[in-house]
Amino acid sequence: MLIKAETLPVRTNDDVVHVRRATRNWSVELGFSLVDVTKMVTAASELARNTVIYGGGGTVRFEKVEEGHRRALRLIFEDQGPGIPDIGQALKDGFTTGNGLGLGLSGAKRLVNDFDIWSEPGRGTRVSIGRWK
Amino acid sequence: MSTERIPILRMGSVLLVTIQVDMHDQLALRLQEDLTNKIVATSARGVLIDISALDMVDSFIGRMLGNIAAMSRILDAATVLVGMQPAVAITLVELGMTLNGIRTALDVETGMELLHELSCSQ
Repeated sequence: MLIKAETLPVRTNDDVVHVRRATRNWSVELGFSLVDVTKMVTAASELARNTVIYGGGGTVRFEKVEEGHRRALRLIFEDQGPGIPDIGQALKDGFTTGNGLGLGLSGAKRLVNDFDIWSEPGRGTRVSIGRWK
Repeated sequence: MSTERIPILRMGSVLLVTIQVDMHDQLALRLQEDLTNKIVATSARGVLIDISALDMVDSFIGRMLGNIAAMSRILDAATVLVGMQPAVAITLVELGMTLNGIRTALDVETGMELLHELSCSQ
C-alpha cells in the first residue's frame, strides 16, 4: 500500500545533491539504521548521476510503502534518454560507456533489497530500488 | 554553477583538507585540480584529507580520492585519508570500492604521525 510519494527533478549536479538529501530524510523518517540510511543514500547518488549523465536528465519518485507490518522506501529513477542496449552487460562490475569506474549500477544493486531495471533503446530507462525496514 | 571551493590549509610541509560540504561532482573535480596546483606551489610532502563530516562516499567521490592519492604520489607527496565514518566504510566496501592505494588513519592526529613517518622514510 502506498503511504506517501514525491517526485523530484534529476537534471543537474545540484539535483544529485538534492536527491541525496531527500533520500536521507525519507530513510530517517522510515526509521532505518545509520548503515541502511548510508547505503540507500549512496545507491540513490549513483543512480541520480546515471540519470543525469547517461539519461540526459529525468526524475526520481520517492515512495513509502507498507505491506502488513513492514515498511519500505522505494525510489524510481526515470529518464527518456537513449536507453541501455545490453542490461546484462551494464550490470557487470567495471563495465562503463562513460569515464567512471563502472560500479554505479552494479554497486547500487548490492546496496539495496529490491532492484528492478527496465530500458529500451531510444525510449529511456527506469530503475527502481527498495529497502525494507 | 557555483564557484564554491574546498579550502586547503598549509601546516608546514603538509596540506590539510577538511571536507565539510555536500560534495557535488564539480566541487570534487575542482579540489583535485586545486590540490595538485598547491602541492607544486608549496612543495608539500604530504596531504591529509579529513572526511569525518562526509556522510556518504559514492563511486565518484571514491574515484576522486584515489586520483588525488595517485597525483600526489607522482608529485612526491604522500596522502592520508582520515576520519571515515563506519557506516561509510561498510557502504564503500559493499559498493565494490576498496580504495586500494590510499593510506588511511582514524583521526587527524594519527594521520599526521603517519605522514611524518612516511616523509622521513623517503
